Amino acid sequence: MTKRSTWALPYAIFLVLFVALPLILIIVYAFHDGSGNWTLGNFTKFFRDADAIGTFALSLEVAIENTLLCILLGYPAAWILANKKLNKSAVTIVLFIMPMWINALMRTLATAELFHMLGIQLGKGTLLIGMVYDYLPFMIYPIYNILDRMDKSYAEAAADLGATPWQVFWKVQVPLSMPGVISGVMMVFMPTVSTFAISEFLTNNKIKLFGTIIQENINSSMWNYGAALSLVMLVIIGMTSLLQDNKKEVSGGIV
Amino acid sequence: MKPNDKIIEFKNITKSFGEKCVLDDISFYVKKGEFLTLLGPSGCGKTTLLRLLAGFGTTDKGEILINGENITDVPPHERPVNTVFQRYALFPHLDVYENIAFGLKLQKVPTDEIDKKVRKVLKMVSMTDYEDRDVESLSGGQQQRVAIARAIVNQPKVLLLDEPLAALDLKMRKDMQIELKEMHKKLGITFIYVTHDQEEALTLSDTIVVMNEGKIQQIGTPTDIYNEPQNSFVADFIGESNILNGKMIKDRLVEFAGHQFDCVDEGFGENVDVDVVVRPEDIYIMNRTESAQLTGKVKSCTFKGVHYEMFVDTDKGYELMIQDYNAFEPESEVGLIIKPADIQVMKKERVVNTFEGEIVDETHVKFLEETFECRPQDKFEAGEKVTVEVKFSKVDLIDHPEEGMLAGEIHFLLYKGDHYHLTVETDDGDHIWVDTNDIWDKGDLVGINIAPKDIKIVKRND
Amino acid sequence: MKRFFAQCYIWLLLIVLYAPIVFIAVFSFTESKVLGNWTGFSTKLYANLFSGDMQGGGSLMHAIQNTIVIALIAATISTILGTIAAIGLHNMRGKGKQAITFLNNIPMLNPDIITGVSLFLLFVFLHISQGYTTVVLAHITFCTPYVVLSVLPRLTQMNPNIYEAALDLGATPFQALRKVLIPLLKPGMISGFILAFTMSLDDFAVTFFTRGTIGLDTLSTYIYTDARKGGLTPELRPMITIMFVGILILLIIINMRKIRNSKTTAE
Repeated sequence: MTKRSTWALPYAIFLVLFVALPLILIIVYAFHDGSGNWTLGNFTKFFRDADAIGTFALSLEVAIENTLLCILLGYPAAWILANKKLNKSAVTIVLFIMPMWINALMRTLATAELFHMLGIQLGKGTLLIGMVYDYLPFMIYPIYNILDRMDKSYAEAAADLGATPWQVFWKVQVPLSMPGVISGVMMVFMPTVSTFAISEFLTNNKIKLFGTIIQENINSSMWNYGAALSLVMLVIIGMTSLLQDNKKEVSGGIV
Repeated sequence: MKPNDKIIEFKNITKSFGEKCVLDDISFYVKKGEFLTLLGPSGCGKTTLLRLLAGFGTTDKGEILINGENITDVPPHERPVNTVFQRYALFPHLDVYENIAFGLKLQKVPTDEIDKKVRKVLKMVSMTDYEDRDVESLSGGQQQRVAIARAIVNQPKVLLLDEPLAALDLKMRKDMQIELKEMHKKLGITFIYVTHDQEEALTLSDTIVVMNEGKIQQIGTPTDIYNEPQNSFVADFIGESNILNGKMIKDRLVEFAGHQFDCVDEGFGENVDVDVVVRPEDIYIMNRTESAQLTGKVKSCTFKGVHYEMFVDTDKGYELMIQDYNAFEPESEVGLIIKPADIQVMKKERVVNTFEGEIVDETHVKFLEETFECRPQDKFEAGEKVTVEVKFSKVDLIDHPEEGMLAGEIHFLLYKGDHYHLTVETDDGDHIWVDTNDIWDKGDLVGINIAPKDIKIVKRND
Repeated sequence: MKRFFAQCYIWLLLIVLYAPIVFIAVFSFTESKVLGNWTGFSTKLYANLFSGDMQGGGSLMHAIQNTIVIALIAATISTILGTIAAIGLHNMRGKGKQAITFLNNIPMLNPDIITGVSLFLLFVFLHISQGYTTVVLAHITFCTPYVVLSVLPRLTQMNPNIYEAALDLGATPFQALRKVLIPLLKPGMISGFILAFTMSLDDFAVTFFTRGTIGLDTLSTYIYTDARKGGLTPELRPMITIMFVGILILLIIINMRKIRNSKTTAE
C-alpha cells in the first residue's frame, strides 16, 4: 500500500489473464487440430483454399481502397477545417467528429437503408461508399488535429525562404502532417480489414470479407481454423502497426 | 555536549539507485534547534538524504534516529518532521486556508483551534488576507509562504526544506532568506535545508554539510568551511578560490607558483605534494616592487560592484585571480603578497591514478574493463592481479570518443593556476583524473588514450 | 472566393455524411413499415418504442437495458481499475513499466474481432460458460486501457511531490489517495469513464463473440440479428434518432464547456 509502484499489480495480473493469455491461445489453437495435436494443417488448408485466399485478397483490396479514398477526401477537408482563413466556425469541426460517437452498426444500417430506398444495387460499389461513410471522420480527425496544432511559423519560415504557397503546402505542411495521416490510416485500415458486420449489411451478404469467414468458422465451432485465420489477420495488423512505429521515430526527428 | 542535544542522527546511511551509489556511508548528527544545510552540486545525494529523513524511500543500509529513537522503518505520516517541497507541492484543488489546515484536519484538531492556528501562521508568513485564494493564482513567492505555513502549522520537531527558494527570482530569494532566518529564530525548531547555492548556505546556516558524489566532504560552520576548506572540492565549490599544486618543503614552509611561502601549517612531512588554496581577496596587489613575493602582469580587470576582479599572469607562468578595491589596468606590472595565515594547505586526495588491473600477457594489461598495451615486462605472470598507476599528466584526451581506447565525459574541472585538473567519468562509471593544458568544458565527450610507456604496473599490496 | 469553394466542399461532405441519419430521423415520424414510404406524420413508432408494444415484444427494450447496464458496470470497474493502475504505472520504472504499457496498448491496437475471438477462446479454454459476466469482463478488457491513458497525463502534469506532501502532513496512504490524489485525478477519471462508457455502448464484435448462446442481446447484436433477418424493425428508427440527438446534445455541452474553459484560462 505504501509503495505506489505495486498499485499496478492487479491490473498487470488482469492484463496477463485477459490480454496476453487470449492472444497466446489464438496461437496455440491455430497450431492445433480438433483433437488436440500440434499441426500446420490449418494454415495449409487456408493457403490451398482458393475461396479463402480470394476473400483475403478482396478484404485487403477493399481496405486499401477505402483508406486511399478516405485520405483523398479527408485530407482536403482536414486542411480546410484547420485553416483559420477558410473555416472560422467550430461547429463544422464538431459535426465531422460526431459520427465517431454514434454506433457504427446503426450508421451502416442507415446507409444501407438509404441505398436500398434510392434503388441502388448493393454490391462492391455500395460496400466501398458505405465504408467511406463510416470511416471518413476517423481519417479527418487525426489529420485535423496535427494540422491545427502545427506551429504556423513553419509555413511562415518556408514562405520567408522563398517558397510559393503551393511549395509550402507540399514541402512543409504535408510532410509535417504525415504522423496524422498515419494514425488516420491505422484508424481506417485496421477496422476495415477486420470488419464483418458492416460488409454484410452493405452488400446484403453478397460479398464476404475476411472477418466474416473468421466469424463463421468460430460460430460453427471450427475454433482451430478460425484461430489460424485470426492469426493471419494479426500478422497483417502487426505489420501495419510496425509501419506506424517506424514512421513515428522518423517524424519525431523532423519535428 | 549532552546526548539529548542530538535531535537527528544518521548512522552509516547507504543508498543506491540501481548501479549508482547515491549515498555512501553517510554518518553525522544534527543538534537541536540548529539551522543545518546540506550543500552540494546536483546529484550529490543531498535531496535523497532529505527524502530518507522524511520517509520517502528506504535506506539500503544504516539507521536514522530522531531524539534517539530509530525511525528508519516508520512511515512518513508518523514522523515528527514536515517538509517544504521543491516547487511547493501545494494541493491545487484546495484553497490557501484548506492547504494549511490539511494536516490539522487529519489530526482531528477541533475546528476553532484549527482556525486559530491557521490565522496565526498566515500572519507569520505575512499572508493574512489570502486565506480564500486559489493557490494557483498566487505568485511564486506567495506559494512559497503558503508551503512554509502548511508545514510549520503542524509544529514539527524538524522542518525540512528542499531547495525552497530555487524557483524564485534573485530579489525575492534574498528577501525570503532573511525571513527564513527570522522564522527559524522565532520558532526555535531545527531546520534542515537543502541547496546547491553556496551563498545561500553561508548566509543562512549554523552548520553546513558539504556533499559530493554521495560522500560528506566537510562539516563545519560557514566560517570554517570558507576559511579552512578541507579539500580542493570544497575550496572550489564554496566561494572563489585559487587552487594550486604545491609542495610542503617542511613545517611552515610551502612552495607554489614558483615561490616558497611561509605558512602556518605543520605536520604534513617534508617534500610532500599538497594542494594550496588562496582566496582571491587574500592576495595583496601593488605596483611591482622587489619585495613582492610574486611579480606579474595584469591580464584583465573587471568591476564587480564592490571590488575589482583581476587576473594576473605571474612571471613564472601561473594565472591567479585577485579581488581588490583598487583597480590595476590590464598590462600594468604588479607585485603580489600573500600572508602566511591566508594560505590554506590541504592534503592531496590522490597524487596518481590507480586502477585495479590484471596482467593479460607480457605486453598487455587489463584495467577499466579494457586491455591496454604496456611496456614489455617479465615481473608478473599472465592472470596476476596488479595495481596500475598512471600519472595525471600522462592521460591523453582527444575530441572523438570513438577514437579513444575508452570513451568518457568531463565530469568536473578545476583550474590550478597553470593547468586544468579534470575528473573524467568513463562510460562504465569509473573516474580518471587528468592534468592538461587543453581547455575542455564540463559535459564534453572525450576519447581517452594512455601510451604504453606511461602505464606503470606495481604489485598489489593487499 | 477560395473560402467559398472550401466551405462548399465542407458542407457537401457533411450533407452526404449525414444524409442516412437524417433520412432515418425523418422516417421515424411515420408509421410505414417500409422505409422511404411516407404515410403521414405520426409519433406512433416513438410510442411503441417506449411502451415496448411492438413486433418481437420487449426484446429491443431488453437489449437497450442490457447495453446501458453493461456499459455502466464496465465503465465503473474500468475507471477504478485503470486509475489505480495508472498511479502504479506512473511510479514504476524500467522493464515492468514497459511490459504493462505494451500489454495496455494491445486492446486498443487490436481489431475488435481479434479481441473478441481471443477472449472467446480464453473462456472456452477455461471452461467458463459465456453470458453476462463474460461480456462485462470482455468490455472491461478493452475499456480500461482508455482510462489508463486518460489518467496518466494528469499524473505526469501533477507536481511529483503532491502525494508525498500529503503523507508528510500526516495523511495515511489511503487518506492521501482519497483526499489528494483522487480529487486531482477526477477530470482524467471522468473523461476516462465517458470514453469507456461510449466504447462499451458502441461495441459489437467483442460482445458478439463473448455473449455465448443464452440469448443475451445488446443493442448492437440486436440490430445485427434483426438486420440479418431482413428488414429493419421500424421502432429502431426512433431509437437511432433519439441516440443521435442525445449524442448531439452531449457533444454540444462538452464543447461549450471546453470553449468556455479555454476562454477563462486565456484571460
